[in-house]
Amino acid sequence: MKNIDRREFIRVAGGTALTIGSAGFLSGCTGRKKTDNDDTGSVTGTMTYRTNPKTGDKVSILGYGCMRWPMIKGEDGKDVVDQETVNRLVDHALENGVNYFDSAPVYLHGQSESATGIALSRHPRNSYFIATKLSNHRGVARKEDGINMYRNSLEAFRTDYIDYYLLHSISSEAVFNRRFKDNGLIDFLMEEREAGRIRNLGFSFHGSKEGFDELMALHDKYHWDFVQIQLNWLDWNHASKRNTNASYLQAELDKRGIPSIIMEPLLGGRLADVPDHVADLLKERNPQGSIASWAFRFAGTHTGVLNVLSGMTCIEHLQDNIKTYSPLKPLTDDDMTFLEKTAVLLSTYPLIQCNDCKYCMPCPYGLDIPSILMHYNKCVNEGFINDDEEDDEYRKDRRAYLISYDRAVPKLRQADRCAACGICVNRCPQHINIPAEIRRIDRYIEKLKRSR
Amino acid sequence: MLRKIRIILAAAFFLCITMLFLDFTGSLHAWLGWMAKIQFLPAVLALNIGVVAVLVILTLLFGRVYCSIICPLGVMQDIISWIHGRTKKKNRFRFRYSPAKNWLRYSVLVLFIIGLALGAHSLAILIAPYSAYGRIAANLFAPIYQWANNFFAWIAERADSYAFYSTEVWLRSIPTFIIAAVTFVVIFVLAWRNGRTWCNTICPVGTVLGFLSRFSVFAPAIDTEKCRNCGLCGKRCKASCIDMKEHEIDLSRCVACMDCIDTCKEGAVHLAYRYGKKSEKKEENVDNGRRAFIASGAIAMTTAATAKAQAEVDGGLAMISHAEKPVRNTPLVPAGALSLKNFTNHCTACQLCVSVCPNHVLRPSASLDTLMLPEMGYERGYCRPECTLCSEVCPAGAINPVTRAKKSSIQIGLAIVNLDNCIVNTDNVNCGNCARHCPAKAVRMVRKDPSDENSLKIPTINEQKCIGCGACENVCPARPFTAIHIEGYEVHKTK
Repeated sequence: MKNIDRREFIRVAGGTALTIGSAGFLSGCTGRKKTDNDDTGSVTGTMTYRTNPKTGDKVSILGYGCMRWPMIKGEDGKDVVDQETVNRLVDHALENGVNYFDSAPVYLHGQSESATGIALSRHPRNSYFIATKLSNHRGVARKEDGINMYRNSLEAFRTDYIDYYLLHSISSEAVFNRRFKDNGLIDFLMEEREAGRIRNLGFSFHGSKEGFDELMALHDKYHWDFVQIQLNWLDWNHASKRNTNASYLQAELDKRGIPSIIMEPLLGGRLADVPDHVADLLKERNPQGSIASWAFRFAGTHTGVLNVLSGMTCIEHLQDNIKTYSPLKPLTDDDMTFLEKTAVLLSTYPLIQCNDCKYCMPCPYGLDIPSILMHYNKCVNEGFINDDEEDDEYRKDRRAYLISYDRAVPKLRQADRCAACGICVNRCPQHINIPAEIRRIDRYIEKLKRSR
Repeated sequence: MLRKIRIILAAAFFLCITMLFLDFTGSLHAWLGWMAKIQFLPAVLALNIGVVAVLVILTLLFGRVYCSIICPLGVMQDIISWIHGRTKKKNRFRFRYSPAKNWLRYSVLVLFIIGLALGAHSLAILIAPYSAYGRIAANLFAPIYQWANNFFAWIAERADSYAFYSTEVWLRSIPTFIIAAVTFVVIFVLAWRNGRTWCNTICPVGTVLGFLSRFSVFAPAIDTEKCRNCGLCGKRCKASCIDMKEHEIDLSRCVACMDCIDTCKEGAVHLAYRYGKKSEKKEENVDNGRRAFIASGAIAMTTAATAKAQAEVDGGLAMISHAEKPVRNTPLVPAGALSLKNFTNHCTACQLCVSVCPNHVLRPSASLDTLMLPEMGYERGYCRPECTLCSEVCPAGAINPVTRAKKSSIQIGLAIVNLDNCIVNTDNVNCGNCARHCPAKAVRMVRKDPSDENSLKIPTINEQKCIGCGACENVCPARPFTAIHIEGYEVHKTK
């Protein structure tokens, strides 16, 4: 169950509408006018492009996030990237004008860069932009290790330059100093940028307003070419406690003319898989568009945005997003107001702010933390959370929760295995108090089990 | 007609009792649990005088109908024998009279009783009919049922339905599995060739009831005036007890199946009232067509149940493993067993409690002196406070009924902490998972270093509160051995 993406499921189960829609799109493809594109020769269709003010790169507004490639069981029983499908997805993306691919050395248990590299290296190097990161956020940040990581990335992508290089997930100047300044790594990276081997240097950000201000203040010194931020219609004004509202982040970047790359436009699928009531509101306003398309249109509407990343696991995600962005139909002010109202409504549900990024993993005690949290969210969305033993629906909801829980998470990886050691807490970019949430879920389950 | 009634009743009993062993949800027992409790040997061991009396009276009235209807092992043999009979008409009439081997029957019975009395309990119950069937059903049939269920659960999952949920199929004890398989093969061969040989030579219950049925009020008899000596009834008799030369039926071996009555075209074989001149009205001879029998033919199967393969390992997930089974000096038996002694004295190792345990706690013992008798282990689950299923289903008085409220005050064992294994010490992290899950609040986390206000905390046990449920042992993350395990009490205590 854990491998079945909710979005995918909704689509498979939900509807002919999409199938018809995307089929129509695909067949309509050939009939569309071929547009000029100086970087690639093979792109057809009308993907919206944004221009990088520094390099003049024409970047597709849809960026491919390479954190969620499909996995299959390898020979030794471990999960390995399904390279064949990745190749197909990359080919399809390039054919339809997607030219930005965002990876990191730590993604997919270290397999993302090489898998993406294999798929991309089958195409001319000038037909796509590579973005990857210096992920030295675990352990001691030594200069040599950082340089090694950078060189490994070049090797994995079989190239001698990286288009967009990010300092991975920094939240404040203190973190920046510890990981990049004190050990001299930033000087090395600046030299690489000077030499043209890093064409754009930026950072990705999760954290507080103060932290962001500190990093913005460093702009004069380091000249950030771009910044990757979390922006979506929920976080625009309703970011979770220790994160910063995207409206603020975007305004600060706009002020300085720094282009932004958007991550988590869909909150790991949470803005596609919403409670029924919220889904109805979105569908009412746009019956033909997918629920996910609202999130992508929202992120793309902001003109300071260079592109919007989406971790598309399957071809249907990719097709839907291509459809949304070919071309982008910006949201109107009315739409924006409507989404803000919807965001207020959505934030009243007791959902856990987990985007299934798996940074918390592996848990040393074997828990499958994201699956436990995502399963809980799914049950919130489907209305299975029921505390009232007297309620008529209680037995049904109880059964649904317990059975689907066992399906979603293997027994020995469930919430009752949590030792509350706290190792995961600092890894979560959303700053979720994971042990507390796990404990809350475990208590709820225990209560369900004790009643009959 | 009589035969039809017998077959319908037998089919109903057989299916229902088998379902008791297959139904892992425990919901059938509320309705059908009594079927296990009217089994002869469990009723004797439970000192259930009412049931024993009824069975004795039933036998004195109609002969060994118990063996033909109530006993699942008997019915299973009938099914096997019937299948053989269906292969060729000749095979339906493959039996012939043989004299009773009384010396064998009675010496086995005496040995059986001595075995029970002198503590060679697990040896004696090897031949107890109901529990032998229970072991076969729980070890051979249940895995097939569970795999089928899991297949439906697999489909249900894809249909997003909660109609089925998957259950864990695992080999609980290799010795018991082998014993069940061997028993099944032996019974199968005997029944395939000669019908009820087992029941009339080995089975202690058969011998006791056979002794009684000699005096039964109603019994099949041959009317010599009508009999044309065709011998069909004798060739059809799976108990080999019709002596055609003498026109005698050995009632100690007759299991009152009524096949002979059905076979005789002349109406010479009939159910007779034996304590008066007048014989019963003759049974009309119908039923040559299909039997009203919904026997599940696919019983002859051997399975190689293997323990579920090691838990899967995912790329982004740490390795996990089941905890190793700790060595317990005193075995753990469920609340309601009162004491180890009471438990071993009553248990017939029928595996009913093992089959219904939803938490995968109960499994047959592998140690020699308690072979096949259930014991508890907490590697896969723990004895959940809300569950009293085993005490509800036990037919033999080995586990007496307890209520949920009562269960929470029965102490079946005591948690023992081994701090060398505790991850607070080995990994230097906080944990306390045992304390968080203790339903009795018996696990107390105390400072490792009492002089340090912020010291990590280690688990200790309040002996007065611990009930031995095993929640702590089950959730303890230490591997391969948990840092906390339960030792059984020889005599259960009450808080």
